[in-house]
Amino acid sequence: MRKLLFLFLFGQALLLRGQRVYERFSDFLPYLQQQNDTIYVVNFWATWCAPCIEELPYFEQLHQEYRGRKVKVLLVSMDFRKDLESKLKPFLQRRQFSAPIAALLDSDYDNWIEQVDPQWTGSIPATLIFHGEKRKFIENEFSDYAELKKLIDPLLDSK
Amino acid sequence: MKTALRTCLLALFAFFFVLEKAQGQNGRTPQPVIMPGDSAPDFSLKAVSGKIVSLKDYKQAKGFLVIFTCNTCPYAQAYEGRIIDLHNKYAPLGYPVIAINPNDPTVQPGDNFQAMQDRAKERKYPFEYCLDEGQKVFPKYGASRTPHVFLLDKTRRVRYVGAIDDSVDDETQVTRRYVEEAIAAVMAGKDPDPSLTRAIGCGIKVKR
Repeated sequence: MRKLLFLFLFGQALLLRGQRVYERFSDFLPYLQQQNDTIYVVNFWATWCAPCIEELPYFEQLHQEYRGRKVKVLLVSMDFRKDLESKLKPFLQRRQFSAPIAALLDSDYDNWIEQVDPQWTGSIPATLIFHGEKRKFIENEFSDYAELKKLIDPLLDSK
Repeated sequence: MKTALRTCLLALFAFFFVLEKAQGQNGRTPQPVIMPGDSAPDFSLKAVSGKIVSLKDYKQAKGFLVIFTCNTCPYAQAYEGRIIDLHNKYAPLGYPVIAINPNDPTVQPGDNFQAMQDRAKERKYPFEYCLDEGQKVFPKYGASRTPHVFLLDKTRRVRYVGAIDDSVDDETQVTRRYVEEAIAAVMAGKDPDPSLTRAIGCGIKVKR
């Protein structure tokens, strides 16, 4: 019984409440292929990436401010597998983001970076915004929240 | 006539491609990229050894592994040992590693010249480790992250651009050694395949 409990706890241990860990990019790809009336904002970041950490609050604010509207934020961590327990989890526990978090562990990067966006050279932070067939990719950090919001609002208005 | 038309179209396409690349990155950092087949610019950079390093001074070299890397990036750190191994294996064959730190030390103090000297000494770098002072060199190469490898041949033509291999976090899981495969191809008089790979890495630190 104790063993079962341990397994249960350990199985849950990777990330906090329902946050997904993708071993392979192919498991994650369907998320990027959704075509509906929702605006998806997918940010690629990592705990070791200082400019990423700086801009995470903008995505958190976006997630909170647009709650109940058709905007979905997902923060995809690029942290190494060996850092999930030691770095990513403590970071998430400390920061308590309400925006959904995922971890993508597939380090065969050349195989999938282009599938996120053909322009992506591979540096982070990077952000993909998509809405139906419209896609916008930003391989840089946002300097403030307004700069991010500016990209979302026209998409909402166009509906 | 048909050929002329095709050339025109190709030129036009290349022009827009370059334009797109030049604008890239949110319009903030212009990035003209050199690609496999292009000629790589020489440079003159101060290395932690105290030398001023230029490609033209390597009279015996058959090529170069110009690697943009740094002290602070976890990807660069994960690859540090493999970069040392590359130099130890390929410098004797005529392909030395020349490492360039492209980060602005005022943005990333851990990448200042003193810190570079300390790390190179501590880790016993066998290759030249240069600072891209004033950040003039990395934009000419179109390096966007650390580590970012450019394999040049004897004539300074770019033959491969990209990652070292396909498994940064676990060397035992490597299935493709891109750089080693590319050097082997060049040595055999062939074109590397792939000649361009992408990898996640730390964005180069630039003052905003």
